[in-house]
Amino acid sequence: MQDTHRDRQRKVPQPLQSVPTGASPLGRLSSLLLLILLLASASFAQDWVRTGSGLGVDKVRLAVPDFKPSSADPLNTALLKTFNDTFWNDLDNSGVVELVSKSFYPLQVPGLPAEVTFGVWNSPPPNAAMMAFGNLAVAAGKVTVQGWLYDVKNTASPQVLGKQYSDVPTDDATRLIAHKFADEIIYRLGGGIAGISESKIFFVSDRGGHKEIWGMDYDGSNQRQLTHEGSIALSPRISPDGSRVAFSALTKTGWDILMYSMDLNRLVSFPRFGGTNLSPAWSPDGAKLAVSSSRGGNSQIYVCDANGANLHRMTSGKGPDVSPAWNRKTGAQIAFVSGSTGLPQVYTMEADGTNLLRMTDQGYAVSPNWSPNGQFLTLAWIRKYGPGEPGSSDIYLMDIASKQWVQLTHDGGRNDFPSWSPDGRHIVFQSSRSGKEEIWEMLADGTKLHQLTFTGRNSQPNWSWK
Amino acid sequence: MNRKNISRKQQTWNALATVVALTAVLMLGACAKKAAPPPPPPPPASPSPTAAISVSPDTIQKGQSSTLTWQTTNATDVSIDGIGAVQPNGSQQVSPADSTTYHLTAKGAGGTQDATTRLTVTPPPVVQAAPPSTSEEDLFGQTIKDVYFDYDKSDLRGDQSASIQSDMLFLNQHPGINFTVEGHCDNRGSTEYNLALGDQRASSVKNALVTAGISASRIKTISYGKEKPFCMEDNEACWQQNRRGHFVYQK
Repeated sequence: MQDTHRDRQRKVPQPLQSVPTGASPLGRLSSLLLLILLLASASFAQDWVRTGSGLGVDKVRLAVPDFKPSSADPLNTALLKTFNDTFWNDLDNSGVVELVSKSFYPLQVPGLPAEVTFGVWNSPPPNAAMMAFGNLAVAAGKVTVQGWLYDVKNTASPQVLGKQYSDVPTDDATRLIAHKFADEIIYRLGGGIAGISESKIFFVSDRGGHKEIWGMDYDGSNQRQLTHEGSIALSPRISPDGSRVAFSALTKTGWDILMYSMDLNRLVSFPRFGGTNLSPAWSPDGAKLAVSSSRGGNSQIYVCDANGANLHRMTSGKGPDVSPAWNRKTGAQIAFVSGSTGLPQVYTMEADGTNLLRMTDQGYAVSPNWSPNGQFLTLAWIRKYGPGEPGSSDIYLMDIASKQWVQLTHDGGRNDFPSWSPDGRHIVFQSSRSGKEEIWEMLADGTKLHQLTFTGRNSQPNWSWK
Repeated sequence: MNRKNISRKQQTWNALATVVALTAVLMLGACAKKAAPPPPPPPPASPSPTAAISVSPDTIQKGQSSTLTWQTTNATDVSIDGIGAVQPNGSQQVSPADSTTYHLTAKGAGGTQDATTRLTVTPPPVVQAAPPSTSEEDLFGQTIKDVYFDYDKSDLRGDQSASIQSDMLFLNQHPGINFTVEGHCDNRGSTEYNLALGDQRASSVKNALVTAGISASRIKTISYGKEKPFCMEDNEACWQQNRRGHFVYQK
């Protein structure tokens, strides 16, 4: 870590140095997807027309014919629809495969290995490299799914995966089976990075009349209310192990950090610090929390143990300092927002408070979130700000070492609170592009944008760590 | 042409003068007839009337009554404005809603005599006692002025010092009042940053009051960020309404 930092300081001696807009090789980037992303966009940092460079790596063409019923139970139809919709969406959203359109499929699709006719799948029109297929049956009070992943170009030894899942015959259980099998395929075809189909997103919703903390599956299904504070609850942050959600709420004593246990389904005790306490953030080992607190006067970044003990101050400017985010890979740095020089800017510091670096050079920059591989920040930024420059708040991605940035959203509305998926391929954020604040998700290159919430106003999404 | 006009004017004037002279002669003739009346009869020996009126007490509160008393002599026709014809001597209870001037007119064979008296009516005591009984909370609400801020700023703006001065004056005069300063922000910024900014705004108002001698123990602060806007429109007038330190009386 020390080496990395010396390196960074040498490269960027001026904390206020403007972000270079010309293309420069980013050899340090190892993540294939993000390398593509930056090279494609760095030379046109504010131009969102995607050039063709770096897009030459074709994604695997995957055919996913609907799974077939293998028993005559009347429950089959409903559960098959749930399974097929969920499975298709998981693979389509993954960003690692190119799904072959169903209009190219032959009339007869396989439900069992014996039914696969390689010739019609591995040549045009489907021209698939891979095929996922299988069957679903409800029998004896259980739903059973058999699924295979076939390399249809390798007719001699086609099977990549063969799986069987059994569970209670409910919609939720069937959806979970689809997520599990999709994740297996994404793991195989996506460079060994685990899929995210079982991950959760926590957010704030006012649909019940008050802003409360809610949770949902990563694809927007299973939305459920966690807290019932009856005041204002904000800034949910799920712990790395998924067992607790820290958040900030207006209580009788002011804004306090509260802790919700996912195991007990209720609040558990957490100390009151005094002053206004906002934006808790978990360290990646789950042992510490960074928060913004005004207990000593101005809002500053503090760090405490996961149980609230050993609170100590990390920043000392005139503030206000809020929205800390740990380096998710190393836990060695904390990014945060400070208004100490005027409009809020994003800074990083070592987790012990030293080596303060300003990351953003202008405008209104807030809500930093660190990528799982530790190399990038995503943030909300109004780059052009001031009279005559009605900039919009958009989601950006910044390479921490070079401070090069890429604008990810362009389609209007106020966009804020980006949060990375556990695989680093997706970003969830809030946007008002539909007319009111809702949760949206996209690939980390800004594509495959889709809306996850539709009821009430929903904001401040936070993606689980796994 | 000009000469002709002049001579015509002169003719007109001459004619007018003739008419005026004739009229004067006729009128003089008429007057001469009226100006010769028979000598008037000697005046009657009747004494002229006298009149006096008084009211006691001469000041009442609204709803109370007072006694009006009058005496006349040598009068045949006595009346009081607003009451009507009355006995030559008498008294009467009156209870007017507003201050009233009573005008007594006594007419007799010997002439006419007036007298006046004034009854002042003051508002009832409940109304008079109302201001002292106004609660401190109402006074607080009527007197205290909120403090407004510039965009993204939490330092006190020059044009807000008058508000702060008058707030300090009031709070010094009412040492029993405890209150909360709420920090609010306009809806353009980000949720978390705005809450921190609102906190700084509330603190900045509190610090100014404490510096001026208001005890810190009387002042609570809370930030609402952009969670409880006063105004929901997207324009500067509305945003300014939302960028404020808002005073709330603490019961």
